[in-house]
Amino acid sequence: MPSAADLPVPDAAIRARYVLRLADTSLVLAQRLCEWIGHAPALEEELGLANVTLDLLGQARALLTYAAELEGRGRSEDDLAYLRGPGEYLNATLAEQPNRDFAAAIVRQVLLDALRMAQYEGLARSADPRLAQIAAKSLIETRYHLPYSTGWLARLGDGTAESRRRVVAALEDLWRFTGELTAGDEVDEAMAAAACAPPVSIIAARWSTLVDEALATATLVRPPEVPPDSPVPCGKRGEHTEHLADLLSEMQSLPRAHPGARW
Amino acid sequence: MSEDRASTSKEWPLYEVFIRARSGLEHKHVGSVHAVDARMAIEHARDVYTRRQEGVSIWVVRSADIVASDPAEADALFEPARDKVYRHPTFYDIPDEVKNL
Repeated sequence: MPSAADLPVPDAAIRARYVLRLADTSLVLAQRLCEWIGHAPALEEELGLANVTLDLLGQARALLTYAAELEGRGRSEDDLAYLRGPGEYLNATLAEQPNRDFAAAIVRQVLLDALRMAQYEGLARSADPRLAQIAAKSLIETRYHLPYSTGWLARLGDGTAESRRRVVAALEDLWRFTGELTAGDEVDEAMAAAACAPPVSIIAARWSTLVDEALATATLVRPPEVPPDSPVPCGKRGEHTEHLADLLSEMQSLPRAHPGARW
Repeated sequence: MSEDRASTSKEWPLYEVFIRARSGLEHKHVGSVHAVDARMAIEHARDVYTRRQEGVSIWVVRSADIVASDPAEADALFEPARDKVYRHPTFYDIPDEVKNL
């Protein structure tokens, strides 16, 4: 990245939008993962998933707090989490896809762990010190998450005929949501131009390498690239599948029924 | 016996978990986890036993690989030591000049 001193800092609204995309993907994925509590295939796996969930929730909280400050409208992290509708959420649509089975959850996790790894590696050197600090801490956590999920991908992909059938089906089903993970827009460009975030091309290349490694270990074949004109909703622009509304209505039910509730 | 069970059961093998609390201390047995392989056993041990910063290092070993003494032989193994309390280093006067013994 170029030296930060002589670069224009992007508008706070643009930075808030960028940070919110990161925050929402972590938050929505955490909510999906915590649905496994009480349903995981083994006690040890349940604790493993819960640990990843709590890491993701911690990342989301730090990012939401920062996004709220950048936004400057007096909203708190809780306001952003609990009082926004699906159209205001900017998470990757992949994160909101349901836990159809354990294989689907693992495929979703590998694809998003690889994304967060690629993002945080670059963001740890961001010209925005706050973002760099959050990314550095999150990167350490992600370095555990990715081997955890890719380990499971390998066990399922290279396991029994049934586990392979399920993981192949999940990969084919979920791959169409990966288009937006590696496609940049004007927000990404403004952040990259100010060295506040790595260029999307760098994130895309790193993501691709990590995913290829995970798929190869699991003896899985990478599906064809998603065409740019794919009709799949683009989460970072606030477009979502019907699953996000269901997820949010459950996650937000308590604060919406009892505004300001505390315990 | 445990091997017979493992071969007929769909349960994951059991691993014993040892945690070192701090550098310089020894690894202590803390419990066990089920896992399909050693890598998963380390992950499970980390997720189950180090959630509250209990350790800086983990050992896992397959429970089936541990050779244990037979409780039926306890008398033969341990009884002879019972009347040899002089083996405890409490029968010696330690000179004041000796600081570390």
